[in-house]
Amino acid sequence: MMKRIVYREWRIPPARFWGILGILASVIGIGTLSFGYMEHQGHWVTGMNNAVVWGLPHVFAVFLVIAASGALNIASIGTVFRKPIYKPLGRLSGLLAVALLMGGLLILVTDLGRPERLIVAITSYNFSSIFAWNIFLYTGFMAIVIAYLWTMADRQGGPFNRPVGILALFWRLALTTGTGSIFGFLVAREAYSAAILGPMFVILSFAYGLAVFLLVLMFAFAEEGRVIGPKILRRLKNLLALFVAGALYFMLIYHLTNLYAAKHDDFESWLLLHGGIYTFAFWVGSILIGGLLPLWILYHPEKGKNCNWVAAAAALVIVGGLSTMYVVIIGSQAYPMPLFPGQTILESGFGDGVGGRAASYWPSIPELLLGLGGVAVGLLITAVGVRVLQFLPESLADDVVPVDEETLGEAAFAKPA
Amino acid sequence: MKDENRTNLEPVDRERRTFIGAAAGVGASMVAPGVILHAVEAAPRATSVSSDVRWGLAIDTAKCAEGCSACIDACDRENGLDLQTKPKPLSESKWDQQKAVWIRKVKLQDNQTGRITNLPMMCQHCEDPPCVDVCPTGASFKRADGIVMVDRHLCIGCRYCMMACPYKARSFIHEALEGQLTSVPRGKGCVESCNLCVDRRDYGEESTACADACAAEGHNAIVFGDLKDPESPISQLLKALPTRQIREDLELNTGVRYAGV
Ligand code: SF4
Ligand code: SF4
Repeated sequence: MMKRIVYREWRIPPARFWGILGILASVIGIGTLSFGYMEHQGHWVTGMNNAVVWGLPHVFAVFLVIAASGALNIASIGTVFRKPIYKPLGRLSGLLAVALLMGGLLILVTDLGRPERLIVAITSYNFSSIFAWNIFLYTGFMAIVIAYLWTMADRQGGPFNRPVGILALFWRLALTTGTGSIFGFLVAREAYSAAILGPMFVILSFAYGLAVFLLVLMFAFAEEGRVIGPKILRRLKNLLALFVAGALYFMLIYHLTNLYAAKHDDFESWLLLHGGIYTFAFWVGSILIGGLLPLWILYHPEKGKNCNWVAAAAALVIVGGLSTMYVVIIGSQAYPMPLFPGQTILESGFGDGVGGRAASYWPSIPELLLGLGGVAVGLLITAVGVRVLQFLPESLADDVVPVDEETLGEAAFAKPA
Repeated sequence: MKDENRTNLEPVDRERRTFIGAAAGVGASMVAPGVILHAVEAAPRATSVSSDVRWGLAIDTAKCAEGCSACIDACDRENGLDLQTKPKPLSESKWDQQKAVWIRKVKLQDNQTGRITNLPMMCQHCEDPPCVDVCPTGASFKRADGIVMVDRHLCIGCRYCMMACPYKARSFIHEALEGQLTSVPRGKGCVESCNLCVDRRDYGEESTACADACAAEGHNAIVFGDLKDPESPISQLLKALPTRQIREDLELNTGVRYAGV
């Protein structure tokens, strides 16, 4: 009953395709202009300052980087964990991983104070810097994923598929942990010094990566009239729900451990109760929009079966993810550095959190456009990729997708004894 | 590029400096309009930086006067920070957070006793500097004599060091700079911080601009010197007064010590 999976290029009408490409290219163009502007003027045109040194571009960049790692998850589940039903999705999963990573890295680079010195970063290396290690992790990731794609697409690569898949899986976990550790290694920052940050980034990456993957898949299929059968939709949305619930759980643990580690409870009570925009972003953005609402949709008996609602849930997860990154990256910088425990700072010539006040940061338009530009780069690579190469399965209808071992189990279970 | 001066660590420059140093022995000399070299008696250091010394500061907060900004003004002049200009469209409050600050005054109040303390804060010249650990290019580095500084020609402006520094000691240059001092190369898009007047070190001068200025005001709250020399005034002071490191818990073994906090 299982048919051979046929992959086919994305054959939407050329006008439509070029239209989509045009939109993405203009977003990239505007992002490039913002980059030029920030570069020419200097960072004073951004909202960043000497207290909040990483702004909105880093929010987008880190989101894309970890979403990239999470997007590869689908391929891993298919090959490494031998769930054949995910196999047809492996190629798109790999492509998205590379594309999102490119987008994220481009943002990181264009937000440097001296991007033209990137070559310095490559030639003069500080091996004790986790940041420098991340460059290896990122480039290695791309190479491995490309190899992985080859094993999926080429018959000769077949035998290597699983080994490369396993390598990709571990590399990916290292990459996300490494990205999380960029923050975890900062002994100085109250918010970050929790061992749980790395694992939390891994589970967040699962959720964000799958959400992006789902949206892209649904859009591509809907545009061309390919079918996503209820069986695979149910699997994917259950998986998303699982990851979102996991992310919620980890965030809870993270904040609770921080709250009970006496040293951090100032920061936590600030963030959870009095942090203004950050408190709002946390409760409304991360918890409600990025967690509870999508869970409600995904587990809803009716809405959970509806393509549009599932897509909406995925979109909410992405919004919530950006908001989580905002809280993690910017909130923790805005919170004053604990320099003098037991003392209140009355005056300072450098905004050390006078009277415990948080530093101010408000993102500027160019920063936002730069971030969106990076997202568009990821999507453009994906769009071109699926157009020219055979990344998308022809159909994901129930009778085409490989046997779903779980459904078999359920069917047996459902039979009256 | 206008602001592309060489750092004091490159060999070419060391030679140039020897030459300039010889010329400067006579007194302040004008090399270019607006650029005045310091008048120094001693010849510039010909040998490499040695780890026989570790430069540091001891700060007696009891002597630091409220409202005094002599150290800050001196630092700004010494390092050309007074040459920064606010980009026109920028608001004052934002500029306050974006301009470079190498040394700042902080006024504290003890939550329990209400006791007020004033002190200057700057890069603490950590023995195990987190900024150096994280810097991807090695632009942040520690010299053998304990001075932590940024190589302005390696820095890519990633600002990871600023994220890592527990003392908020570093500044990012947010705007284009004009009319700088040759002795202190600075530039848009790079990070910088107090370097214990490294230029003076290389000329074998006694002290830092901030310590000199504080002494000139009659406060003597800042003492500069060699922490490794038991006879130096700074070591004597540290022996006599109870001092501590800020954020001792991080065990960075800072080169700047405070009495009375
Ligand atoms: S105080 Fe900050 S900038 Fe200075 S050495 Fe320590 S970590 Fe580096
Ligand atoms: S901003 Fe410059 S000095 Fe700081 S970590 Fe990055 S490259 Fe190193």
